[in-house]
Amino acid sequence: MTMTVARPTTTGAPEALTPEPAPVEPAIRTERLNAWYGPTHAVGDVTFEIPGRSVTAIIGPSGCGKSTLLRCLNRMHEITPGARVGGQVFLGSEDIYWQGVDAVEVRGRVGMVFQRPNPFPMMSVYENVAAGPRLRGWERSRAEMDEMVERNLRRAALWDEVKDKLRRSGAALSGGQQQRLCIARALATDPAILLMDEPASALDPIATYKIEELVRELADELTIVIVTHNMQQASRVSARTAFMLAADDGVGRLIEYGKTDELFTTPRDERTEAYITGRFG
Amino acid sequence: MRSGRGDRVFAGGVTGLALIVPLTLAGITFLMVEAAWPSITKYGVGFLTSSTWDPVKEIFGAAAYLYGTLVTTAIAVVLAAPVAVGAAIFLVEYAPKRIAGTLSFLIEVLAYIPSIVYGLWGLFVLVPLFRENVEPSLQSLLGPVPIVGGLFAGAIGGRDLLVGGVILAIMIVPILVAVSREVIAAVPTAQREGMLGIGATKWEMVRGAVLPYARIGIIGAIVLGLARAFGETMAVTLVVGNSSTAITSSLFVPGYTMASAIANQFVEATGQLYFSAIVEIAVLLLIVALVVNTLARLLIRRVSAAPQGFAI
Amino acid sequence: MTAAALAPAWRVRRRRRVADTVMAVLLVVATAIAVGLLVLILGYLLVNGLPALNVAFFTERPKPFGVEGGGVGPAIVGTLIVSALAGVIAIPIGIAAAIFVTELRPGRWGGIVRFAAELIAGLPSIAVGVFVWSFLVRGLLGRYSALAGAVALAVIMVPIVARTTEEVLRLVPGSLREAALALGAPRWRVILRVVLPTARAGVATAAVLAVARAAGETAPLLLTALGNLFFSTDLLRPIAALPLQIYQYASSPYDDWHAKAWGGSLILVAVIAAVSLALRAFAPRGAR
Repeated sequence: MTMTVARPTTTGAPEALTPEPAPVEPAIRTERLNAWYGPTHAVGDVTFEIPGRSVTAIIGPSGCGKSTLLRCLNRMHEITPGARVGGQVFLGSEDIYWQGVDAVEVRGRVGMVFQRPNPFPMMSVYENVAAGPRLRGWERSRAEMDEMVERNLRRAALWDEVKDKLRRSGAALSGGQQQRLCIARALATDPAILLMDEPASALDPIATYKIEELVRELADELTIVIVTHNMQQASRVSARTAFMLAADDGVGRLIEYGKTDELFTTPRDERTEAYITGRFG
Repeated sequence: MRSGRGDRVFAGGVTGLALIVPLTLAGITFLMVEAAWPSITKYGVGFLTSSTWDPVKEIFGAAAYLYGTLVTTAIAVVLAAPVAVGAAIFLVEYAPKRIAGTLSFLIEVLAYIPSIVYGLWGLFVLVPLFRENVEPSLQSLLGPVPIVGGLFAGAIGGRDLLVGGVILAIMIVPILVAVSREVIAAVPTAQREGMLGIGATKWEMVRGAVLPYARIGIIGAIVLGLARAFGETMAVTLVVGNSSTAITSSLFVPGYTMASAIANQFVEATGQLYFSAIVEIAVLLLIVALVVNTLARLLIRRVSAAPQGFAI
Repeated sequence: MTAAALAPAWRVRRRRRVADTVMAVLLVVATAIAVGLLVLILGYLLVNGLPALNVAFFTERPKPFGVEGGGVGPAIVGTLIVSALAGVIAIPIGIAAAIFVTELRPGRWGGIVRFAAELIAGLPSIAVGVFVWSFLVRGLLGRYSALAGAVALAVIMVPIVARTTEEVLRLVPGSLREAALALGAPRWRVILRVVLPTARAGVATAAVLAVARAAGETAPLLLTALGNLFFSTDLLRPIAALPLQIYQYASSPYDDWHAKAWGGSLILVAVIAAVSLALRAFAPRGAR
């Protein structure tokens, strides 16, 4: 299947730093993806495609490998000592696990939000957002920086709450605000893909609601993959859902994948049905 | 809770012994200040500012000793900190677990070497090395440079403030490494992941997320090393020269530190005032040690997972 | 999807990569220096110290310069005597302080004792020497003596014993104490018969480690025990000690004595390091 190459139309995107090809039509495709932690086989033979500009959820009981799978999509998995990946992951037309690819660059082009908010406490709110672009050499005039920071804080629905607290430490916010700051931080590098690992599980219901709203809005511009243990959340937020399960051998596999409403109302696999009806997990 | 006779006796005995500790501290402070009193009252602040140390005329000014201590300690910290913190970063962030364990162990062994042995090694290995090679090179290379050149001026004897500083640097490396390692390892993984997640290289992660987070603790480690260097006697006294009380800018001067002055002169301190003056130097060491150590512990406790008991 | 289709896009700017590599190299260099220092020191110690070792070195007393042979016999004996005596003084006090702080729960006084021990631990050893010199040598006892030396070492040892013992005691599970108390045993019995025996290995290790540490100290002994060229067991007279003897040999202008200084150092390091490192396995973390 060929991917069309197109420039993303995020408004006011920072100009390219080097004459590199613009991020291609955001789509992710994995080909027999496997992941290990040392000798432990955590994810087995996952092959699927994620369409662009949509929200795809990955659900499953604890230990099914969903977070591991997510972390393989931006080459974060290999940070853990002893961790290993097999297979291919195509972002657009390119396999990010190909030898010539620099993992650091992959992580710079794919945004990630973690389960517990982790803003940098030694940096201000402003600096947290500016951190990613600064790393990539994006040094601009004061006015342009301010504009970039504001733009991304708005995209993360945080601007109004922090606009007069920009110089305060990133950690001086409430949990929900911290997580939106982390989202803003991830968005600042203008990724075409945003990976979210149970982003609301450490938050209260109101904060969770705000994050879900945000996800739906951002889906117009980005490809979002969200791991969640909350099935209701998956059905509220995503267009497609992937269900994973660890088999008897402990290896997490992709059991079923399809349109969210179909998966939840008429699951094809009996294991999926068992999970969503609460018989386990 | 019933408290029988056995309990009271036991508690009494234990408490009695335990209270010897604060009693000793109080005793040390009080008795030393008392012994130094004649000198304190006679010379006042001049003791700290005058560098005239004349036992015959009974004029005592310890400025030269203070200066020597400051210079050697400063050299020690400047040399040891980058090496030690660098090693600590490597051991925590870069080295594979097993190698990190072995290397840390090797570095720790340095801490078990008694200071007299450092002094010996410094005297017979470092001093000739500096006298024949290092110092002449420094003098010819940097001597002509304005301002900086003054550091390397003068006759080269080998036993001087510079070598004193270097041996102290070597001695404080193990402490600096051990504490820095703890502090760096205590930085939460989530911070590292956050930095890597926005596309940082390993070094950028260390510089942007790890070090700023650990900064206070590392400063605490350095202060701890400073405290150790400050009061060190035997290693320094063998290599620092112990002859000149001139305060010049040159590092090649065979100077004194406060500790080495005590070690060298206590035998001759027969006169009451001379004795008093020597004790006063020790009182100065005491005060600074108390202040600096307390500061170091405060800094380290804030950041690391170090035990909260009788600390390091 | 062939390799050729891969744009050079997925690469990080060269400058960042170079910086990353350069820093990694520098960090390796720093570690190499730190480790290399140890290798250097131990190396010289072995090379220079081994030749000086022979039976006479361990058993004989120093000969005057110009006379061949002699050894550090008195110094070894002296170190053993002074360290043991220091241990006898310091270990009970240190253990008592630890019990006081952890088991007796005395409120504010616990903090005071602990803080005082920390401060004493931070004192320069020469300052401790000056204190005992002033208080005992020039004061109470009136002379340089082994006893004064032992007191000086004891002051240094107490915080070490107290710190390590406290950690060891904290490791004893609270449930053990509660069970013993629930059986009706009085507090003192619980501590002496239950808690301490459980922590026995750790406490013993703490004690030995502290003695080993103190045995290597020179400065406090310089101003108190002074040193002696003869075998002596008189506690009220100056006594030899290995670190002191090394210092005297090292400060002399004679090559033969320098060689003996290396020999003595080798013995000192070998014993202290061997004891400390072997016992480290038994001591809880932080017992250094």
